[in-house]
Amino acid sequence: MESTQQTESKIIELKPFTDEMIVNMGPQHPSTHGVLRLELRLDGEIVREAIPHIGYLHRCFEKHSENLSYPQIIPFTDRMDYVAAMNQNWGFCLAVEKLMAADETKEFAVPERAEYLRVLICELNRIASHLLSFGTYGMDIGAFTPFLYAFRDRERLLLLFEKICGARLTYNYIRIGGVSEIIPLEPGSIAEQNYLDEIEGFLDYFEPKIDEFNDLLTANSIFSERTMRVAVMPAEMAISYGATGPNLRGSGIDWDLRRDEPYSIYDRFDFDVPVAKDIPELGAVVGDCWSRYKIRMDEMKESVKIVRQILAEGLPDGPVMADLKAVRPPKGEIYFRSEAPRGELGFYIVSDGTPKPVRVKGRSPCFSALSALQELSRGLMVADIIAIIGSIDIVMGEVDR
Amino acid sequence: MKPEEIYETLVNKFGETVQGFDTELVGDPSILIAPSAIADVCQYLVETDTLRFDSLMCLSGVDLGVKEEVFSIVYHLHSISHRHNVVLKASVPKTDAYLPTVSHIWKTADWHERETYDLYGILFEGHTDLRRILLPDDWEGYPLRKDYQEPDFYRGMRVPY
Repeated sequence: MESTQQTESKIIELKPFTDEMIVNMGPQHPSTHGVLRLELRLDGEIVREAIPHIGYLHRCFEKHSENLSYPQIIPFTDRMDYVAAMNQNWGFCLAVEKLMAADETKEFAVPERAEYLRVLICELNRIASHLLSFGTYGMDIGAFTPFLYAFRDRERLLLLFEKICGARLTYNYIRIGGVSEIIPLEPGSIAEQNYLDEIEGFLDYFEPKIDEFNDLLTANSIFSERTMRVAVMPAEMAISYGATGPNLRGSGIDWDLRRDEPYSIYDRFDFDVPVAKDIPELGAVVGDCWSRYKIRMDEMKESVKIVRQILAEGLPDGPVMADLKAVRPPKGEIYFRSEAPRGELGFYIVSDGTPKPVRVKGRSPCFSALSALQELSRGLMVADIIAIIGSIDIVMGEVDR
Repeated sequence: MKPEEIYETLVNKFGETVQGFDTELVGDPSILIAPSAIADVCQYLVETDTLRFDSLMCLSGVDLGVKEEVFSIVYHLHSISHRHNVVLKASVPKTDAYLPTVSHIWKTADWHERETYDLYGILFEGHTDLRRILLPDDWEGYPLRKDYQEPDFYRGMRVPY
């Protein structure tokens, strides 16, 4: 009797660790930015493993595309990253246009006016997207006010989009060969002048607001404590995981497709590419959650800069749509990538010369960035998971496609 | 480096496993690689200093039609340090679709290969965690195959709407 008691007490002494607990976070958790489910294996409050399960929003966009003509696919791209739908439209149109331009037998060019309108709208859309990212990130961390501030200003942008294409979220504005003419903006008309004045009014109002946001959240000590030095993603890891856009620049790599592989008319504008640096006086290190967040705040200023240059130049005269009889790219294939707010959005299109594509693959920036979560979160606290998800800024519509 | 030069380099290094250079199609030219050699070729492309393809932009499966006998797997590579691109292509027979994984070379290939397996049923040899990613685990068939027939019911729910 005595001996058994001794062995039992020995067993208890030999197992000083708590049991591993499995917690399902999501798919309806408000701070997972959509329907993301994380299977957390916890040791107390320490995360041993966070396994993402995706696909709750899978609509098989790629299968649909094989049965639709090219212009019919554009509304589907709206639903990929619904926070930055203009940029998604543009990414797809750029890929199709590049394939059509590669066919030397037909002449084809996007009109100048359309190019200006595209850059104008897409940069405004980038601001709207980063505002949402900023607001929800604050809310994830526990600050409710930034969310209200961000949505107040985003609302003005959505009204601007509504005026030019009639929709607030899924725009279908950028078409193959130009932009939509549903709400005409005649060159030199009062309507055009009013619209541009309204954008300028917004920029004048918005530019000082960025500093206000920075005062409100960026330098906030609670926010800094939660995000600085958390989940550091070194440069090699970011490249290997295919992280792009603000996530890549947050890891200290100076790479922006708008500047390094200029498409459309980006080579005509003067803007800087924010890249993360170590900031010892604040405590931020390259590649942490705070750096990724800060890149987005700085990018809003750069977008404002680009839009101001367009307003100063004015929109050129001319048509907004190329003279296209039919969208019929030649037999061939293309991969084209553009800089969407969440990173490098690529479309791989295989065409057999018919009006419908054989294969469309959307290379989503969030999909690749999210795959890094498992390695990033290993060994951190549960609360840090929320900080990581917010900082890599995912939209599940794009991850699941 | 231009894709032609990269092709020359690969032919000199790997010989017959580099099957050709496809410039016929409009758009990006691609280098055809024997599926069994794809991981070695990728490893070489990453490790050689003059090439240094450190990022895998996109990995996609392609099924060109019901009559085709092969699936293609297309790798879009990019080098951030040298700023050049290349497209690799491997073809595997539909009846026996498998090729070596590249997920140990680029970590992003892990999910991209899972997606290709999920939608095409192509097996990646040596992948540590090859299971469905976008579709439910008990889904039958591989939807992006051109001969795919959608099921009438999934767990008692009507699928065609």
